[in-house]
Formats: sequence, C-alpha cells, structure tokens
Amino acid sequence: MSGDVLLELKDVVVRYGGIEAVRGVSFVVRSGELVTLIGGNGAGKTTTLSTVSGIKRPYAGEISFLGERIDNLPAHEIVELGISQSPEGRRIFPRMSVRENLVMGTFARGKKKTDIDRVFELFPVLKERHKQAGGTLSGGEQQMLAMGRALMADPKLLMLDEPSMGLAPKFVARIFELLEEVHAQGITILLVEQNAHLALQIADRGYVLESGEIVLADDAKKLLGNEAVRKAYLGED
Amino acid sequence: MDFVTNCAADVADQFWAQTRNGLTLGSIYAMIALGYTMVYGVLQLINFAHSEVFMVSTVAALYAIPFFGVTEGDPATGLSAVLIFIAVLVCCMLASGLVALLLERLAYRPLRKRGAPRLSFLISAIGASLFIQYLFVLMDGEHYLFPIRGIADPLGMPLMIIGLALAVVAGGLLLAGVRRGEAGWVDAGTLTGFGGLAALIAGLVFVVKLPDILGPTPQSVPELFATSTVFTLLGTPISNKRLLVVVVTVIMLVILDNFVRKTRMGRGIRAVAQDPQAASLMGVNINRVIVVTFLVGGLMAGAAGLLYQTVLSAPAFWFIGFRPGIKAFVAAVLGGIGNIRGAILGGLLLGLVEAYAVPCIGTQWIDVTAFVVLVIVLLFRPTGILGEQAGG
Ligand SMILES: Nc1ncnc2c1ncn2[C@@H]1O[C@H](COP(=O)(O)OP(=O)(O)OP(=O)(O)O)[C@@H](O)[C@H]1O
Ligand SMILES: [Mg+2]
Repeated sequence: MSGDVLLELKDVVVRYGGIEAVRGVSFVVRSGELVTLIGGNGAGKTTTLSTVSGIKRPYAGEISFLGERIDNLPAHEIVELGISQSPEGRRIFPRMSVRENLVMGTFARGKKKTDIDRVFELFPVLKERHKQAGGTLSGGEQQMLAMGRALMADPKLLMLDEPSMGLAPKFVARIFELLEEVHAQGITILLVEQNAHLALQIADRGYVLESGEIVLADDAKKLLGNEAVRKAYLGED
Repeated sequence: MDFVTNCAADVADQFWAQTRNGLTLGSIYAMIALGYTMVYGVLQLINFAHSEVFMVSTVAALYAIPFFGVTEGDPATGLSAVLIFIAVLVCCMLASGLVALLLERLAYRPLRKRGAPRLSFLISAIGASLFIQYLFVLMDGEHYLFPIRGIADPLGMPLMIIGLALAVVAGGLLLAGVRRGEAGWVDAGTLTGFGGLAALIAGLVFVVKLPDILGPTPQSVPELFATSTVFTLLGTPISNKRLLVVVVTVIMLVILDNFVRKTRMGRGIRAVAQDPQAASLMGVNINRVIVVTFLVGGLMAGAAGLLYQTVLSAPAFWFIGFRPGIKAFVAAVLGGIGNIRGAILGGLLLGLVEAYAVPCIGTQWIDVTAFVVLVIVLLFRPTGILGEQAGG
C-alpha cells in the first residue's frame, strides 16, 4: 500500500540557542502511509514538525519533500507544496467564525474551489456551529476544527501534533476514528502522539523519539508488542 | 457651579454645530487611527512615525494642487474641481503610502529580521519620526527642499545636499551593519541606529536652521475649491467641504471593510493579527502581510491628510502631523488598539468629545481633552471600549 517517498528527513539537527532539541533525526514517510512519531514530554516531536513546516530552521541536515529540498523554504511556500499541519494547541483563529477558519485552510491553494462540504461531512458538529467564533468552541470541537482546517488545504501530507491532548476519552476515540477515515480516503498522515497505544493501533509504522533521537523504528504492530515500548510508553511493567 | 451651568447651556446652544464639527474631525481621526491599529494588530508595535506619514500628505497637496492648475485665489469649480480633487487625493495617498512603505522597510524590518527587543522598535519609530520631520524643516521659510519651487536662499540647496548625503552615508552604514549579521558592534548599531541617525541630522538641521525653526513659515496650500453651503440640517449649515470629508471617509471605510473581510490578503491580515504562527502554517506570507498593512495605513493617512488640509485650510508644515497623529493614537487606544472597528468608533467619539468641549474650554485648550480621555481610558478600561481584539 505504500508508494514513493513523500517526506524524508536526513540527520536533522535543530537547536534552540545552544540547546539541541533534535539531534540527528532521520526518517521517511511514504505516500499513502500513516506514520506515527511517539515520545514523552520534551522528546522533540513538536520541534520536528515545526522544522518540517518551516516555522523553525534546522541547524544541520536535510529535509526533502517529493525529492526536493525544502529545509530552506519559508513556511508559506512549504504549505503551497502540499504539507499542512494541525498544530500543537490547535491554534484556531479565535475571532474568526468556524467557516472562516476553514476557509483559511485553503489560503495556500489560491483560487481553487473550496471543498467545505467534505469537511462538514466528516465533522457534522462544525456544520452546526459554522457561524460561531472559533475561540468559543470546546476543546474537542476546536481539535476537529484544526483537523478540518488542515484538510481544507487538500494536502499531500497531513501532519497532526497530539490531536488527543486534553480531550476526554470519548472525544479521543472519536478523533482517532476520524483519523482512520481520513487515512482511508488516501491522505498520507504523520501523527505525533504521546498516546502511543492509540497511535500505534491505527498507524502503519512508528518511530520512537527520545531526547531528540530516534531510538526505535518499526511496523506499528511490532512496536505495540515491543517490550521496551510497552514499558516506557504503554504504562505496563 | 457657574462654569458647569454655563458650559451646559453653551453646549446645548451649539449642540448640532458641534456635533457636525466633531463628526468631521472624528472621521479624520478615525482614518489615521486605522493605520496605528492595523500595524499594531500585525506587529504589536505603535508606529509613532505614523503622524509623519500623515504630514507628508499635506506636503504632497502643496505640490499637487498647483500641478493640476489650481493656484492661490483661483479655486476650481464644477466638474473640474471634482476631477482635480480626485487626482490630488490619489497623489496624497500615494505619497503617504510610499513613506509608510519606506518606514517599514528601513526603520522596522531590519530590527524585525534580527529579533530586536521591543524598545529598539520604539527608538527606531521616534527616530524615524524626527528624521522625516526635520527633512521637511528644510522646506520651511526660504529654504525649499525641492527646486521646482525655486531656491530663494543660496544656502538652501547646499544644506539639502549635505543633509541628504549625511543621511545616505549614515543609513548605508547602518544597513551594511545590519547585513553583517552577528558581529557585536552591529547590535549596538541597530539599537541606537535610527535614533542616533535622526538625532545627528536633526541636530545639524537645528543648528544651521535655527532661525527658521524658531519662526517657521508654514506653506499655505492653495484652496482647491471654494467653500459653500450644500444644505441645512437641524438648523446647521453643512458645507461642501465637510460633506466631502464624510463622503470620502465612508467610501474609504467601506472599501477597507470589504478588503479586510472578503479578500484573500485581508483574511491574511486578520489571521496574522490573531495568530501569526498559525497564519504562516496556512500559507500566509507574513512579510507581505506586514508590507500591505503599512501600505493600507499609509493610504488612509494620505486621504486623511488631504481632507484635514481641505476642511481646516491647514498649511503644509513639518509639524502638522503631531496633533492629529497623537489624537488618532488616543482614538485607537480609546476604541481598543488592534481593533479596526474600535479605531473608527474611537475616532468619532474623540472628535465629538473635543467638539463638545470647545464651548466650555475654548479652542486653545482643546488638546487637553484628548489627553484627559487617554488618562481616563488607561485608568478605567486600558483595553479600550471594544477591547484589544486584533484582527477581529
Ligand atoms: N521555543 C523554545 N525555546 C527553547 N527551547 C525550546 C523551545 N521549544 C521547545 N524547546 C525545548 O526543546 C525540547 C523539545 O521540545 P518539543 O516541544 O519539541 O517536545 P515535544 O516532544 O513536542 O514535547 P510535548 O510532548 O511535551 O509536546 C524541549 O526540551 C523544550 O524545552
Ligand atoms: Mg509537543
């Protein structure tokens, strides 16, 4: 099911001042895959995503998308190539309506017709609340809006940063169902999660990030069975 | 007590006339305030040089009006007055827009690129403001900055050349320094850069031109068309000039509102004001948004400058931007800085408050009201009437 290499990171190093948050990370995401990047607090997951999307510059290493180097492009040009992100903390535009937030998702596509109905079909609650200001939505609704907004870009690669953060278990289950649905529609996904159990259950492959380094890489099912992963991330002794 | 009752009686007496005056001046404040508030929205920066963006418009009018064939004492009439007004308006807007763009490029972007602290922006703003003011001091009195008006004083031209050469050298040094990146002396250079540069040139101009500055002669701008009463409303005559202010303001505000709400770039501006990082993740080019925001603010200030000049017969003058500029800033804070509707509301309110104060305290003291309003707002509602809702 997995096709060509879509995204590739080679020995990427990212620094904040003198501190190395990401220390030589390499991985690939192939077209059609759902890849998850798991790891504890401060492991460098968000930093890795921000570097891919151009918000942060790598100190060393290479990032390429569809075979082209993107690590020196500004963020807005990277979006135009087809990488969209549902960022950590959702970052909904608080004083724009739900609909306006979704329309913002199409910004990089220029004049192409917006496909808002598809998103409303996935998230009916957004349709009900399309006039409401983004800032007044509940956390779960905001998460759906962040996902919907990222989908509006019609991305080749969808990156999600901890979509389960701060949500009740019922909501988390719903979000993951929706993720599988989106994936089934053929969209390539890079999912960052602390909730390793859920992430590995729906992913094809997984990478485990620890203190800025990838310590394990394998098929998701194998990682689920891995002794070290079970101990460190799945809360088993 | 007497003062209060007299005051109330006077205000009641002149109520509609003062309402008219307040709304005209308030419209102008609102248009200038938009520039402060929009720039604040995207950069969290008060562009204190915005009053000079406004000032440049009055100078542009000084040159544009004769250029289109209207001279002192010979105002245009009928259709040609309308056409000439539109042409002059475009010139004024372009001149102010250009200055706003230059400010962004030269005074703020180098600091922004290097992640300079807030204070540097403030220093740069004040420096740039003084720099533009004193550049135009050169055209006061006998010394005209631009040779098309003739050089009465033999010193005028050399002074101007020395001043400009100094500015170019200092500016070039500064930019070269900023380019060089991490080197230590550059940091100091950036921090003090525009402040120091402006102080240097201002100082030079000051010394050499002291007589002019002590007794500057504002250049009176030829009247574009004669004042006449268009109609009488509630017993108050409304002049063509005041009507023009309101009409132009309403048109500009409708265009601005549609631009910000309906166009792609407008959505980008709102997105950057609400969350710059999320905006760039959506594909918004933040630099371009900032440039456009400065340009839009400049165009509005340019229109405001010509209207102000028209309705008050204000001269072209290096210091003319100070009062309307500071009042528009108060208006922006009053409405809620960063908030576009707030700027409009704040401008109109401040215009009205000032107008109603006129019968009580007289025109010489009128500027006090704006500062009293500012103090009251900061004490009781520091976020302004509509709140600091950037990009709302
Ligand atoms: N803006 C910043 N300035 C300085 N250090 C930072 C900054 N952002 C992140 N870091 C540091 O970089 C490291 C990696 O942070 P990052 O946010 O990438 O972790 P994460 O894996 O996303 O963690 P979490 O699961 O808690 O979100 C942390 O040690 C963090 O303190
Ligand atoms: Mg994170």
